[in-house]
Amino acid sequence: MQSVEQRDEVEMLSLMLLIRRFEERASQQYQAQKIGGFCHLYIGQEAVVAGAIAAVRDDDYVITAYRDHAHALARGTSADACMAELFGKEAGCSRGLGGSMHFFNRQNHMYGGHAIVGAHVPLAVGLAFAIKYRGEDRVTLCFFGDGAINQGSFHEALNLAALFKLPIVFICENNLFAMGTSVKRSTSLKQIVDRAEGYDIPGEIVDGMNFREVRDKIAEIVNSIRKEPHPAFVEIRTYRYRGHSMSDPASYRTKQELEKYRLDDPITRLRAQLTREGKLTNEQFDQIDKHAKETVLASVKFAEKSPQLPLDKLYDYTYANGAKP
Amino acid sequence: MREITYRQALNEALAEELERDPDVFLMGEEVAEYNGAYKVSQGLLERFGPRRIIDTPISENGFAGLGVGAAMVGLRPIIEFMTFSFSLVAFDQVVNNAPNMFTMSGGQFNIPITFRGPNGPAHQLGATHSHATEPLYANSPGLKICTPATPRDAKGLLKTAVRDNNPVLVLEAELLYSSKGMVEPPDEELLIPLGRAEVKREGSDVSIVCYAQTVRLALATAAKLEEEDISAEIVDLRSIKPLDEKAIFDSVAKTHRVVIVEQDRPFCGVGAEVCYRIQENIFDELDAPILRVSQKDVPMPYNERLEKAVLPNADKLIAAVKKVCYA
Repeated sequence: MQSVEQRDEVEMLSLMLLIRRFEERASQQYQAQKIGGFCHLYIGQEAVVAGAIAAVRDDDYVITAYRDHAHALARGTSADACMAELFGKEAGCSRGLGGSMHFFNRQNHMYGGHAIVGAHVPLAVGLAFAIKYRGEDRVTLCFFGDGAINQGSFHEALNLAALFKLPIVFICENNLFAMGTSVKRSTSLKQIVDRAEGYDIPGEIVDGMNFREVRDKIAEIVNSIRKEPHPAFVEIRTYRYRGHSMSDPASYRTKQELEKYRLDDPITRLRAQLTREGKLTNEQFDQIDKHAKETVLASVKFAEKSPQLPLDKLYDYTYANGAKP
Repeated sequence: MREITYRQALNEALAEELERDPDVFLMGEEVAEYNGAYKVSQGLLERFGPRRIIDTPISENGFAGLGVGAAMVGLRPIIEFMTFSFSLVAFDQVVNNAPNMFTMSGGQFNIPITFRGPNGPAHQLGATHSHATEPLYANSPGLKICTPATPRDAKGLLKTAVRDNNPVLVLEAELLYSSKGMVEPPDEELLIPLGRAEVKREGSDVSIVCYAQTVRLALATAAKLEEEDISAEIVDLRSIKPLDEKAIFDSVAKTHRVVIVEQDRPFCGVGAEVCYRIQENIFDELDAPILRVSQKDVPMPYNERLEKAVLPNADKLIAAVKKVCYA
């Protein structure tokens, strides 16, 4: 198993680039009508998932909401399996039965991909419950957006996690908008992190455009949880460059606002840090980016030529024994 | 065999499964220190400790979801709803998360969870506390649903539910908790398969299809009908999903007349589904139109006289039987 210290920053930059190139290509394929349903892109938020994943072990549990392509990739799901899922193919990470919002990878402890806002937060608490029940030292990372914090399920889950002292980090990816509704119009608090205080859960605010800050803060929290199980909450301030989904032109915000965040791009920022410290040359960066683009392009070809689940398997995934009721 | 109550039978089933499998735990409101709102979990905290018998706050959505999450990593939660009327607060977890996970994950995550508790109208609890939820849940592929009517079925079905690798709803009944029946001794393993109906009484003139609380009503009514020379066969579905079509068809092929008596409401109810399947598959066996006796299609009134008017009873069932028998 890979330990946290071993995760190389250049590797994590590669992951962030892979996520961005994957999402750009997904956007293009969506417009070409190769991908159906809803499709929510993660562009701009890459440092959040990369930083958090860099801070945990491979056997820790990860669960998220519907903007989940990045989390699956960060958990080692191949671009091929992710793109094939978007194309609805059997080789997809959920056999083409889940789609964009339902990426799963059991082997790599990626527990979804959940599309009802806030409904997976109790599931995450259940994962953490199982860790404590079995006396393990794993930790659950539960990602959700700022839109989830006003759902009843979220509140019930936080209370249960605090009451049972469960090993879980609630990671609010605050990208300022729940679909088209800004946090100011949805939430009575001045800052989201204060939600945690109501449940006696320690909370912190983290700059989500800064990979290192995310990684170091989550690592510190996770270390504390491994010593003595407890829940923790981080509000990670980030920004999505695209609309809520592919069909959203994001006319509820200004160009100036978007530009402000683009100038603070998490990939550019980590690249600059590494370059300044002599850990990365421009040639190396170009090479990594080229590799990401090629990997993603190959995934489109793979997805295109992959077969669909045969019709006679329709009933095989309703009950665990495969029988028609 | 010995005679025990339905409540004791459920308690034995829980204790035996907790004893057998360390991954099984019981969670819900008042299940531990209070010993269960209906005393089904009596003594379990003392025996198995607070790690496995877990009281929750009043947060059905939260703890039902917690159970689903724990089941994703292989635990086998038994989630008690104080009544299934309260499960409506957790509807999203029971309908959206538990049964969809296996499909959505392409078969990676099955959810071995049991949701259990009393279901259906009791006595003068009013509209919010009287729901018969089976047709709501039966409409969700991925769920299995059983409705034990006797102590023996309660024990055998609950034990099977806990061992099933899918989400199973065990719909008990408040009015049956104190009822008694013969059950195998504790040292004899009692497992009753899901999806298997049972003929609770043989007959030749009419098939009465029933489940849960209406089984008792049907059996009592059959005795009265016997006095009028009408021989009724009582088919207890025991499971709503999977539905034991064969048992229903076998009985109808024998009697050629059917009355369905159900505890839920008529619109898109269990009876409607049973009726559809009979006419689709063995229409030619029928000598009369199928009738059903169900609740009236109104929110349950508190007033006792009105509540009686809403619920199935012996008079309504006898009238329906006579009508299909042209008697």
